Amino acid sequence: MPLNLKLNLTRNLPDPDGFYEYLVSSQRHMSDEDANCMNARLILILANQIGDPDVLKAAIDFAANPKAADKREAA
Amino acid sequence: MFQTYQYPQYDYRQSEEQKAGTVKRHKVVVIGAGPIGLTAALDFAQRGIPTVVLDDNNTVSIGSRAVCYAKRPLEIWDRLGCATRMIDKGIEWKIGKVFFRDDLAYTFDLLPEDGHKIPAFINLQQYYLEEYMVEEAQKSNLIDLRWKHKLLNLQQDDDHAVLTVETPDGVFKMEAEWVVACDGANSDTRKMVGAGFSGQFFQDRFLIADIIMKADFPTERWFWFDPPFHRGQSALLHKQCDDVWRLDFQLGWEADPEEEKKPENIIPRVKAMLGEDKEFELEWASVYQFACRRIDNFRYGRVLFAGDAAHQVSPFGARGANTGVQDIDNLGWKLKLVLDGDAPESLIDSYHTERAFAADDNLLNSTRSTDFITPKNEASRRFRDAVLDLSEVTDFAKPLVNSGRLSAPTPYVESPLNTADESSFAGNMTPGTCCADAPVSVNGEAAWFLNQIGDGFTLLIFGDEAAEDVTAGNVKARVLRVGKDLQDKDGTLAARYDAAPGTVYLIRPDQHVAARWRYFNDNKVEAALKTAMGGA
Repeated sequence: MPLNLKLNLTRNLPDPDGFYEYLVSSQRHMSDEDANCMNARLILILANQIGDPDVLKAAIDFAANPKAADKREAA
Repeated sequence: MFQTYQYPQYDYRQSEEQKAGTVKRHKVVVIGAGPIGLTAALDFAQRGIPTVVLDDNNTVSIGSRAVCYAKRPLEIWDRLGCATRMIDKGIEWKIGKVFFRDDLAYTFDLLPEDGHKIPAFINLQQYYLEEYMVEEAQKSNLIDLRWKHKLLNLQQDDDHAVLTVETPDGVFKMEAEWVVACDGANSDTRKMVGAGFSGQFFQDRFLIADIIMKADFPTERWFWFDPPFHRGQSALLHKQCDDVWRLDFQLGWEADPEEEKKPENIIPRVKAMLGEDKEFELEWASVYQFACRRIDNFRYGRVLFAGDAAHQVSPFGARGANTGVQDIDNLGWKLKLVLDGDAPESLIDSYHTERAFAADDNLLNSTRSTDFITPKNEASRRFRDAVLDLSEVTDFAKPLVNSGRLSAPTPYVESPLNTADESSFAGNMTPGTCCADAPVSVNGEAAWFLNQIGDGFTLLIFGDEAAEDVTAGNVKARVLRVGKDLQDKDGTLAARYDAAPGTVYLIRPDQHVAARWRYFNDNKVEAALKTAMGGA
């Protein structure tokens, strides 16, 4: 399945800086372990929000290797 | 040896053929008199196949070992006439609780609906299970249980196998048209045929401790992740009969099994779990590791593999013995048809097709449970703990909690023995699925649907429309009419089968659906019957 049909990598955040600050500051005073545990919870919560298994698989594959698609196109 | 159990000693008897020095050819020889071998003997005998069982010792399971028996295997044992004793002696349960650290994370119910004869699960020590089946087998004149008979070697020809067997009286040869190897995870028979057995081995060690104690904990399966009494590991508590409780402690990769089995090392763990002043006695302990593996082909010529000899799983979810029993349920009726010449030998290959599919389903589920219980790296441990944290406060996380997906029958979704639906049906009774039970009445007496089927092919007919028995060769699918041969008192049967007047189900001798239609047509039924017998 071509990446762009299932996974939306176009701009969908209305206030990118606001979102970024919120995320980072939520963990500013946490230890690495606590922040990593929070990230794990956040991934599960957002995964459930999305729900569509094809989207989730595409997102996981992309996150595992974001440059892989570029390399394929360049080849 | 045990306080709560006296081990039987079964007599060794030299066979006539060994005494006389003749080589006798038997229809079927089963290797191993464990839960699966004994089920094989009982099933084959019930179908009319004379069966010899070889076991290299002369008693039952040492240790309680497999404890949780699921509904489908109990239904199979009910068909074989030995379930009542098991259920009476065993402890019924269906509720499980999962704890994370200090809190309850999740509760599950394995049989949320009524209207089934057999309970969701019973707990029963494996030695009782085997003892009851041995006693049942001893009553049958078609079963020849041969204790202290060890298979040394096996050679195969086109239409039979030659077995070299050792007894206290020496070595002799016997022959079999079919051999069913139920000799466990380290099966010698599997090595003799050169079969592949591959999958994944897990490093974690676990301690089983059976303790005798008087306690009023409820009969629920309790599983802990990272409890205060066993930090960073998992634990399990489950009730067996005779006031014996099964405790299970995850020990990690580095544990020394010899040290961990010592009572002085077990007792503190038990006290930490149950409290300092709880009185108990240690009955049995074992340290184990496990693997999720399966044989490459369930059939090697005249030799068929069942149970742990064919597939090995981690214990989370009770998918070991429970799967093996269903292997036999699938095999017995097929062997009978082939031995009688009523189906082609290729029907036996469908045993591999269907049961390898089921084994893969069981391996997948067991592996997934194992990965949740024993995470392989820090990242996966965090996801595991995230699921447990979230399951306490959200609904969505609860289905992710995996302390074992308890054994359920695998529908043979793409089996070549199925005939695809032409019409649409709601519900679960798709071709390849095992039949759901329902309360019925027969001749005015309360009865259960599953007890009315399973001796051969059945044509379940709803309503009054004309229908008759259908034959293919020597095999007959006999009509069982709802409203005449049995009454569907409260409509549960019709509801579970999405039946309307005229609905027809063709059901296999293993109580799995082969085909179904909205109206009776004898040509279609005959075609489906032939398909279900492997193209007879």
